[in-house]
Amino acid sequence: MRSDKKGSQAGFLAPMYIFTLLFLIGPFVYMIILSFLTRAETWGVVNEFTFRNYTRILEPVYRSTVFNSLKLALDVTFLVILFGYPFGYFMAKLPPRKRGLMMLLLMIPFWTNSLMRLYGWIIIFRANGILDKLLMLLHLTEKPLKLLYSWPAVTVGMVYALLPFMILSVYSSVEKMDWTLVEASRDLGAGPAKAFLTVTLPLSMPGLLSGVILTFVPSVGLFFIADILGGNKIVLLGNVIQEQLMKVHDWPFAAALSVILMLMTSLMILLYRKLTGAAEMEGML
Amino acid sequence: MKRNNRRSSRFPAVYLAVLTVIMYVPILIVMIYSFNESKLSSVWAGFSLKWYRELFRDRNVAAAVMNSLILGLLSSLAAAVIGTLGAIGTSRSRFRGRGVMEYIATLPMMTPEIILGMIFLAFFSLLGLPFGMTTLVISHTAFCIPYVYMQVKARLAGMDPSYEEAARDLGAGRARVFLDITMPLLLPAILSGMLLSFAMSFDDVIVSVFVTGVKVNTLPILIYTQLKTGVTPKTNALCTLLFLATLIIVILSVLLGRLGNKRNRTRE
Repeated sequence: MRSDKKGSQAGFLAPMYIFTLLFLIGPFVYMIILSFLTRAETWGVVNEFTFRNYTRILEPVYRSTVFNSLKLALDVTFLVILFGYPFGYFMAKLPPRKRGLMMLLLMIPFWTNSLMRLYGWIIIFRANGILDKLLMLLHLTEKPLKLLYSWPAVTVGMVYALLPFMILSVYSSVEKMDWTLVEASRDLGAGPAKAFLTVTLPLSMPGLLSGVILTFVPSVGLFFIADILGGNKIVLLGNVIQEQLMKVHDWPFAAALSVILMLMTSLMILLYRKLTGAAEMEGML
Repeated sequence: MKRNNRRSSRFPAVYLAVLTVIMYVPILIVMIYSFNESKLSSVWAGFSLKWYRELFRDRNVAAAVMNSLILGLLSSLAAAVIGTLGAIGTSRSRFRGRGVMEYIATLPMMTPEIILGMIFLAFFSLLGLPFGMTTLVISHTAFCIPYVYMQVKARLAGMDPSYEEAARDLGAGRARVFLDITMPLLLPAILSGMLLSFAMSFDDVIVSVFVTGVKVNTLPILIYTQLKTGVTPKTNALCTLLFLATLIIVILSVLLGRLGNKRNRTRE
């Protein structure tokens, strides 16, 4: 098959080329153009070139939104590493049989409707909800904590939603690791901590970093988690984009915000490729 | 040293168990309250199936389920055709734009969903497409293609080319080789890519919120609206049934994966 000419593959490639050009590249290009256009007085867009959409992002309201979103994304990513890395690592070290069972146990919540999982947290966090009752029963608190519609609630919701991505990335990296290298380092006198830091951690770095991207990229845009667990109080970049599109109808501004978001995530991915030298991410599927 | 060993061998199991239980707690809570007689989730008023009865009577729910099923099927099918052909095309040719093509093929995966929603909304209204099932299928196909593409590409990389060469040497035409040799070998990968695509489509809130019309409700949009405006245990009942469906799909996919592995092993 390798001897086939260029042209013979054109038939295979044509559908993807046409589809992506029309429905992916087209929309992306239009987003960039849109971000430089002016909003019409009432509805729609005027073809007038402007930078105003970008300078508006520097206004204090939006600046603090961008800052808050980034901070939340970083917090979430940190917590996901903290909980997810050991999970993926321990899972990869299980005997094969238990590993299969663990994988099944992990895949079920991962595939479960994300809104259902969020809904569970609403019931838990609600004032006088399950968590409040539990804490009062244990006399840890006197009054209901009113955790719903707060930053901690949104953080928990996001960590919970994104944890499986980190676990799967780390797992697939650690699983195919060459353990003889770790043994060699132990034989040469390294303690368990040193062996982990100098051998295991660097070897599992591609999985860890890919997990970081898979958590960081969506966490900036998951507006419905902030919406449901944060109420109106918590406004992230994703919420602003959604609001500008659906309620305010200022599409050029929404486009400019999206371009900034896109640049941030592309930078992350570029950095990942530079750091690991890998063209593809570990454990994407 | 021995004591240390024993302790360190306990900890991973406990850690895995505790975190797994925490992962299931929210799901179980939603399920438990679907059987609650009371409308409020703060009180338990006894066991009841009345919310399930109401659920089955609700026309909106039935329509949303239907829409989500149709949407999932159409977009995973379209993604399967485009993604499979694309993966075969890119992995077998060495043209200059190949790297770019690979990047574009996986682009939706690397893009926050909200941006996909935004660009589709803007672009479809530029084209003047009516918002509804058509726009939903196009946008879902776009974000499903990478899942099929990646699966099929990985399978192609691990495939022994001598099967196809042998068939060619024995006189089979190109179409014959494709249908009789390549496709059966790729089938497990295509199916698991489709399953993943279906799951992604069936679960999608963000992109759908932007590109759906006023008339077309998908299941996630319906649940999202209920969570925002006010929930009754009917929502819990709906979620519980969805969870059971998910359970069946996951188990099916595991069986499918085993089947694929078995085939691999017998080939080796």
